[in-house]
Amino acid sequence: MSLLDVTGLKIRYGEDTVVDGVDLYIERGESVGLVGESGSGKSQSALAILGLLPKHARVEGSIEFDGQQLLGAGEEKLNTIRARRIGMVFQDPMQALNPYLRVGTQLKQIILSHGLAEKAEATTRAIEMLAKVGLPDPERQFRAYPHQLSGGMRQRAMIASALIAEPDLLIADEPTTALDVTVQAQILDLLEDIRDNTALLLITHDLGIVAGYCEHMIVLERGRVVDAGPTTSLFAAPGHAHTRTLIAAAPRVDRGDVPAPVSASTILSVGDVAIDYDELHAVSDVNFSVRKGETVAVVGESGSGKSSLVRAVLGLVPMARGRVVYSGDTLEGPVQSRSLEMRRDLQLVFQDPVGALNPQMRVQTIVEEPLLVHEPALSASERRGRAAAMLDKVGLEEKFLRRYPHELSGGQAQRVAIARALILDPKILICDEAVAALDGTVRAQVLNLLRDVQAETGLSIIFISHDLAVVRSISHRVLVMYMGRLVEVADNENLFAAPAHPYTQALIRSVPVPDPVVAPGRAPLLGEVPSLFSPPAGCVFHPRCPKADATCADTAPTLRDLGGSRVACHHPNN
Amino acid sequence: MSGNRTVKVTGTFLLAITVAALVGPWISPNDYVTTNLDQILVSPSVSGMHWFGTDGLGRDLFVRTMHGIRVTMLVAVVASLVSLVIGVAYGAIAGFVGGRVDAVMMRLVDTLYALPFIFFVILLMVVFERNFFLIFVAIGAINWLDMARIVRGQTLSLREREFVEAARLTGVSTARIVFRHIAPNLMGIVIVYVTLTIPQAILVESFLSFLGLGVQEPQTSLGALVDAGVNQMERASFALLIPATLLALILMCFNFLGDGLRDYFDARQSP
Repeated sequence: MSLLDVTGLKIRYGEDTVVDGVDLYIERGESVGLVGESGSGKSQSALAILGLLPKHARVEGSIEFDGQQLLGAGEEKLNTIRARRIGMVFQDPMQALNPYLRVGTQLKQIILSHGLAEKAEATTRAIEMLAKVGLPDPERQFRAYPHQLSGGMRQRAMIASALIAEPDLLIADEPTTALDVTVQAQILDLLEDIRDNTALLLITHDLGIVAGYCEHMIVLERGRVVDAGPTTSLFAAPGHAHTRTLIAAAPRVDRGDVPAPVSASTILSVGDVAIDYDELHAVSDVNFSVRKGETVAVVGESGSGKSSLVRAVLGLVPMARGRVVYSGDTLEGPVQSRSLEMRRDLQLVFQDPVGALNPQMRVQTIVEEPLLVHEPALSASERRGRAAAMLDKVGLEEKFLRRYPHELSGGQAQRVAIARALILDPKILICDEAVAALDGTVRAQVLNLLRDVQAETGLSIIFISHDLAVVRSISHRVLVMYMGRLVEVADNENLFAAPAHPYTQALIRSVPVPDPVVAPGRAPLLGEVPSLFSPPAGCVFHPRCPKADATCADTAPTLRDLGGSRVACHHPNN
Repeated sequence: MSGNRTVKVTGTFLLAITVAALVGPWISPNDYVTTNLDQILVSPSVSGMHWFGTDGLGRDLFVRTMHGIRVTMLVAVVASLVSLVIGVAYGAIAGFVGGRVDAVMMRLVDTLYALPFIFFVILLMVVFERNFFLIFVAIGAINWLDMARIVRGQTLSLREREFVEAARLTGVSTARIVFRHIAPNLMGIVIVYVTLTIPQAILVESFLSFLGLGVQEPQTSLGALVDAGVNQMERASFALLIPATLLALILMCFNFLGDGLRDYFDARQSP
């Protein structure tokens, strides 16, 4: 008998069926990945197992856990199973941990409420558990409040609370989506090491994680299971077209077609730019240039200063020092003080497509607005024609002109945002995590759109991303940033084939590859990015660097030319 | 959508009551000033002359109640408009300009908050005699503070929103940003807040009238009618119950209308 046996699970909200007949089985000790795009019903299914759906959800089918029917069971019974027999880890530990209680108190509560130990022993058990999940100085973390921990440490504490009762099943819903990639690798390792004989149901949109960490996988599409089986065989021979589409759309960091290099004139050059927010040095001495028709990617984890950097180029945040030259003209001052021609040539696409569109305006007004400013001579019908043509270019029909942003899906909204940015025919398009919020298949379409536009118009693109697999598939050149500094600049091919900086190497190795044949290595980096308020002396990366020595601790390296790449490191890999 | 139904039901009721207040006195053969000492405290009767009965001076209570509703609604709507105009302009300027201007403007609001306003209104009434116009001003002067805070907060967050940045980047003028990007996004919350201010204003007006500081005889308002009804409570409970019930219904409807409108605008703003 399976540990968990879900059959014919249906979840409806009024007329909407969000889960439509899902079957899933988990054996003891097994790890199962539940994958699907947004709206596929994967989180809803998990919540149903835990009995955590809102009251107005109508649930049918059967959920048997270890021979007990959970569907329709009373709260009392569920409470003896949740946390005790089924542990859970959510995407945002800050919402799952009680901000008013110390981490240790929350662990003790679980131990005591399930009668797993006496009061005196509970404290020792809790501290042992915190040590087991790799929290440094567990006695201190025991007394800490959740907000005093970093994101990665919080997720470790969450895992500790999910596993402290030694449950038979752990449900993890996008447990690493909010984390940086190097920390994600650590957390996935931890889950793998710590669970012993606990079965794992891992819900994720990332096929790389499934390929690396799950024995079985289940693919959901619009509330139905379209494919299920051992991970290796599904990747080798997907049974359903949707699985094939998902795998094809998942970019790989370990291989890829390198875009043909461009060798044209420089269009934008950024010299020694520094950005300070009061005492905090967000960006220090960054130099780079962008050529015509080139895609330059800026990668780095949170706090690396990549967004600040491009916002300074656009004039949205002030620069403390440095110079930005665009086609021979110096760009300076806030965006409001720049000339219209300059503003026209540099456009931005934001991460959150819905937030970037005025909810009270129709798509037509949104896309036409730049024309009102820059080409006031156009008649209303000419403007409409241009807007419709632009929508057509980004793959949206004319009928979308009449829609409001809330009537669009994420991918459609991002196309509208791109249409608005491109309607002025800019020379440089800056994409700030522009595909991060999109589903895999939609992301692939948007990336293709950007490539097509670039091929057609010779647009230069600055592409900010934390996702190296995406960067590999789209960029000509890559800038790697860490704590506001450039650590490596190289052509796409060089960077991914022979990363010179230890941080670049670690970043690339941390990205899960959507292919079970490629065995995931251990997390290459320990610890997390230090606070920008107190950056380490010497090389800012040295506390986490496997190659660090005495020189690194007291002398900051500068960017050196290594033939093919520029690297800021005392001990680069040739 | 349930919010939409609330809006329809309460909106219809408020409209009906307003129409009745406007048309009612015409249909009735009575007027609101004429006293008739032969017919004091007549009980309400549908078939008789006095649908809601008469008061202690023999005046027809139906006409007086309809008249009272007119006055109460007028005070409430005008007071809310006063607070709307001052509050939105003040809050939007503070929020959009930001920085030092914002700090100074909002500290002024904080200071005004510290004044005991009911006391202040009572003083005004005593010093300037009872003046119908003054009630509007006094009530509006209380309510614009809340409105200014709400609008300022909203503007502050809208100003940082990405669609405003996107407009800046394409070169859209400040005036257009304010009127096309920020103002329409304030409308929802402002409309909701105004519908919630109206019952507050009604309450303050009723309270002042109840204290005898509101409208002057022979003019009346719902608050003044409740006050008069309280004095006759033991002999003629209808004189209290009818205006009190109507007052409660009107207040409730405005509150439900505000909540319903909030749901409506929330649904439109978030996908």
